[in-house]
Amino acid sequence: MQPPARTGFHRPTLIIGVGLFALAAVTWFDARSMTIRANYGMGADAASYFVAAFLGVLGAGHLIAAMRPGIRADDTDWAGVGWVLLALVGLIGSIWMGAGFIIGSTLLFAFTARSFGRRALLADLLIGLALSTLIFLLFNKLLQLALPAGPLERLF
Amino acid sequence: MDALTQLFHGFGAAILPMNLLFAAIGVLLGTAVGVLPGIGPALTVALLLPVTFQLDPGGSLIMFAGIYYGGMYGGSTTAILLNTPGEAASVVTALEGNRMARSGRGGPALATAALGSFVAALIATAGLAFLAPWLVKVAVRFGPWDYFGLMLIAFVTVSATFGSSPLRGLTSLALGLWLGLIGIDQLTGQTRLTFGVPNLFDGIEVTTLAVGLFAIGEALHVVSRHAFAPEKPIPIKGSVWMTRKDWGRSWKPWLRGAAIGFPIGALPAGGAEIPTFLSYTAERKLSRHPEEFGTGAIEGVAGPEAANNASAAGSLVPLLTLGLPTSATAAVMLAGFQQYNIQPGPLLFVQHADLVWALIASLFIANVMLLVLNLPLVGLWVQLLKIPMPWLYAGILVFATMGTIAANPSVVELLLLSGFGVLGFIMRRYDYPVAPVIVGLILGPMADSQLRRALQMSLGDPMVLFRHPGSAIMIVIAALALLAPFLFRGLAALRKEED
Repeated sequence: MQPPARTGFHRPTLIIGVGLFALAAVTWFDARSMTIRANYGMGADAASYFVAAFLGVLGAGHLIAAMRPGIRADDTDWAGVGWVLLALVGLIGSIWMGAGFIIGSTLLFAFTARSFGRRALLADLLIGLALSTLIFLLFNKLLQLALPAGPLERLF
Repeated sequence: MDALTQLFHGFGAAILPMNLLFAAIGVLLGTAVGVLPGIGPALTVALLLPVTFQLDPGGSLIMFAGIYYGGMYGGSTTAILLNTPGEAASVVTALEGNRMARSGRGGPALATAALGSFVAALIATAGLAFLAPWLVKVAVRFGPWDYFGLMLIAFVTVSATFGSSPLRGLTSLALGLWLGLIGIDQLTGQTRLTFGVPNLFDGIEVTTLAVGLFAIGEALHVVSRHAFAPEKPIPIKGSVWMTRKDWGRSWKPWLRGAAIGFPIGALPAGGAEIPTFLSYTAERKLSRHPEEFGTGAIEGVAGPEAANNASAAGSLVPLLTLGLPTSATAAVMLAGFQQYNIQPGPLLFVQHADLVWALIASLFIANVMLLVLNLPLVGLWVQLLKIPMPWLYAGILVFATMGTIAANPSVVELLLLSGFGVLGFIMRRYDYPVAPVIVGLILGPMADSQLRRALQMSLGDPMVLFRHPGSAIMIVIAALALLAPFLFRGLAALRKEED
C-alpha cells in the first residue's frame, strides 16, 4: 500500500459506494415483492429492508470517504489476472459442455501456471492432466465422490 | 466429576486404532495444506471438508480435529519462513518469527511455535472440557432475545476490530448479511434475492464463499502483484532444535500466551488477532532482552503463537455450546458440522454427548499427534514451500475448485465460486477484511430467525429485547462497541485541533 496521493475524488471508493447503493436498491425492490406477512412481529421482508438500509448508509459513508485521499492500489499485472480468469472459464466451460472434470482441471492448471509466468504450456498441460487424473481416481474410487464425468472419465 | 467421566468415555472412542489413523491422516493433510502460502486454517478446513464427506460422523469429526490443528500449525510455519501469514492471527508470529528465520534461527522459531501451540492447545482444550458443560447449563435458559443480543456483539466485534477502518469492516459485514438473505426464508417459505435461479434456493454455501474469497481471491491477488514482488522461502540454517536458553526464554511466554488467548477466544465475540497483539506487547515489556524485539526475539514468537492457538481452541466454546461462530475458521467448522447433520448448541451436549466428548478427546489426541509427527517432519514441510509458484497456485486452484465440484457439481456453483474469487481480489486490493463476510453469511440468517422468534413470542412488541436484562446488557455492549471507534476518532481529532 503506497502513501495516499492526488486530490479530488478517490475513484475506487466512489465506485464501491455507488455499487453499494445499487445493491441496496436491488434488495429493496426484492423485499417489496414479498407479499406474505407475519401475524405478529416482523416478516421475511424486514431483514431485507434492514440490510438495504445498512448498505445505503455504508454507500453514503463511502461517498464521504471518497472526498478524502484513499489507498492507492499496488501496480497490477492485469495480464496475469486475465489468465487466471481464463483458466476458470476453461474449467466452467468444460463442465458446462460435459467435457468432464479431468479436461476442465487440466485447462485450469495449465492456464493458471501460465498466469504466473510459465511459458511451457504443453508441459503444464501434461502435468495438469496427470494431476487431475490422479485426483479423479482417488476421489471416485477411494472416496466414492462423484466428480463430473466426460469422455476421459468414462475410460476408467 | 461428570465432565471427567464423559471425557474418559470420549477417549475410549477416540483411541480406537481406526480413529487414531483418521487423526493422523487429518493432521498430515491439515499441515500439508495449511503450510502452503496464503492458506490459513479457515481455508484449510474448507478445502479438506470433501475428504471427510464419506466417513461416518465419528471418524470424520476426529479427522476434522486433526485437520484443524494441522492447519493452525502449517499456518505458523508459512508465517515464519515466508512472511505470508494466512490470516490476521498469524501476523504477529510473522513479525519476530520471520526476523529469526532471516538471521538463521528458523529452526528454533519453528520449534518454539510448535511446542507453544502444543502447550497452549492442551491448556485451552482442558479449559473447553471444563467450561463447556457449565456454559451449556446457562445456555439452555437463553431465550431468542439473548441469542439475538449475543449475535449483535459478534457482528460488531468481528467487523469493527478486523481491518483498518470501521467503515470497511462494516461494509464487509453488510456484504455477508446480504449474501445470507439469499435463498428460501425458513419461516414463510418465500424466496429472497434468488432472481428465479433454482440453485440459489438453498442459499449460499459457506464453503463456496470461503474457498472463493480465500483461495481464488488470494491467487488473483498474488498473480496481480507477482511480477513486482516475488517471494522466496528462507532456508533453515543450523540446528532445528532449541537450546537450553531458548527453552528458558520460551516456557513462560507459552503459559502467558495461553492465559491471555483462551479467555478472549472463549468470549462470544470476534477478534482472534487481539490476544496475539496483547501477548506480543506483554512479552516485549517483560522480556529481559527487549532490545532483541524487532530483530528476532524468541519470546515474540512463543507468546503470540501460544495465544493464537489458545484463542482458536477457546472459540470452540461459543461454537459448541451456543452454536455461535466468532471467526472465519469457526464459521467453516460450523458448516462442516452441519454437513454431518450435527447442530452445535446446548442441545448438542444432551442429544449427542458421546460425539461431543469424542471430538474433545480427539482434539487432545490430534494435538499430541501433531507434535509427534511434525517436529521430525519439519524438513518435509519446508520442501513443500519450495514448489515453484506457477505450479503451487495452479495446484491450489485445482484443489479449490474440486472441493466445490465434489460437493455440488453445477455450473452455477462454479460461477458463484469464481464471482466470490473476484470479490475477494477486490477486497484484498482495497484492504477490506474478508472474515466478516463469512461470519455475516452464517450468523445473519440465525440472527434474523432469533429476532423474529422473539417478536412472535412477545406478540410483536420490540421492547421484549430490553425487558430481559441479559439481552438488554448485550445490546448495550454491542452499541458501545459499534460507536467506540467513531467516538475515539472524534476525540482524537478534537484534541488535535486544540493543540
